[in-house]
Amino acid sequence: MGTEWKLTNDRPIYLQLTEQIVQRIVSGRYPPASKLPSVRDLAVEAGVNPNTMQRAFAELEREGLVTTNRTAGRIVTEDVTMIESIRGQLAAQKIKEFLDGMELLGFTGSQAANLLAQYAALPSASLEGLPLLENNVNFFEKEEDAL
Amino acid sequence: MNEKLLVCNSLTKLFGTKQALTGIDLTLGSGKIIGLLGPNGSGKTTLLKLINGLLQPSGGNVLIDGHAPGVYTHGIVSYLPDRMFLNDWMKVMDLIRFFDDFYSDFDFPKAMEMLQSLGLSSTDRLKTLSKGTKEKVQLIVTMARKAKLYLLDEPIGGVDPAARDYILNTILTNYSENSTVVISTHLISDIERVLDEVIFLKNGELMLHDSVDNIREQEGKSVDQLFREVFAC
Repeated sequence: MGTEWKLTNDRPIYLQLTEQIVQRIVSGRYPPASKLPSVRDLAVEAGVNPNTMQRAFAELEREGLVTTNRTAGRIVTEDVTMIESIRGQLAAQKIKEFLDGMELLGFTGSQAANLLAQYAALPSASLEGLPLLENNVNFFEKEEDAL
Repeated sequence: MNEKLLVCNSLTKLFGTKQALTGIDLTLGSGKIIGLLGPNGSGKTTLLKLINGLLQPSGGNVLIDGHAPGVYTHGIVSYLPDRMFLNDWMKVMDLIRFFDDFYSDFDFPKAMEMLQSLGLSSTDRLKTLSKGTKEKVQLIVTMARKAKLYLLDEPIGGVDPAARDYILNTILTNYSENSTVVISTHLISDIERVLDEVIFLKNGELMLHDSVDNIREQEGKSVDQLFREVFAC
């Protein structure tokens, strides 16, 4: 039940559903102007109450990302600019979280970016093992010198 | 949609001098899945029995779809008691036929489909079934009715987690705007995400009746965590 939907305990369920539907829209899983699955189907898929899923959709309609058409059901907006702009905002948010986290570990913005670029260049399978990168080692050596 | 599918007006039940329920005022609309939560002995089963007409109130009243518990309400309320009601000598199929004869809203094909999904055999004698399997059979015949109000008293306590998921799924797929499901349980974290609203009972009094998302928004924690704090021993 709901393997693809990740729900945590500390926040309203409808908000979490809204965020995850937005993710599916900006990632193109639900393409612009496409028909969305029914509230009932999605509710069962996520293992949540249909009323909660309904509320999540009401939120998306309010934001204009989804429109309801009497005959065709719920449709993702055709407004690609809007989807792109939301995607941009979400990306900015993720990057800020990453940079904040790296700052807590003592990396400057450019060190973090450098490190990220090296990891991104690795084949995705090896990311699992998190190999120690050149830059990482250098950083610690520099620290020791400073001490 | 019926905003007043179930109405309790200062509902009170005394067992001798013991107050089992004290002045419960409660209105439940249709199209909801509602958790009835509270520690042992808080009055959950008493409330469900009063709604079902198995107990008479000491004070106040209950109305289901505008009617006091009686012949009409038995036709629209599907009740799963907290104890076994099965006749040992029956086979699973006998029980399903019995329900099919008894209730005009019984959906026979649906009952058969649920039996199959849960891997139960219709030719097994009820006597030979394990406790958990009996609970599944009881739940199947309860949920196979097209009722307006389902009252489920501890429906998932004795069944394994996989079957629990299936049962919750059944409740979700069964969901209709015209019916409401009231589930009493201790397994809050398992069912929290399928619930619209929760009712907290404490020592026979109504402590809280609110939507799950409101609680999470206001308290910043899950209903399960709130329960553990409110009823901490």
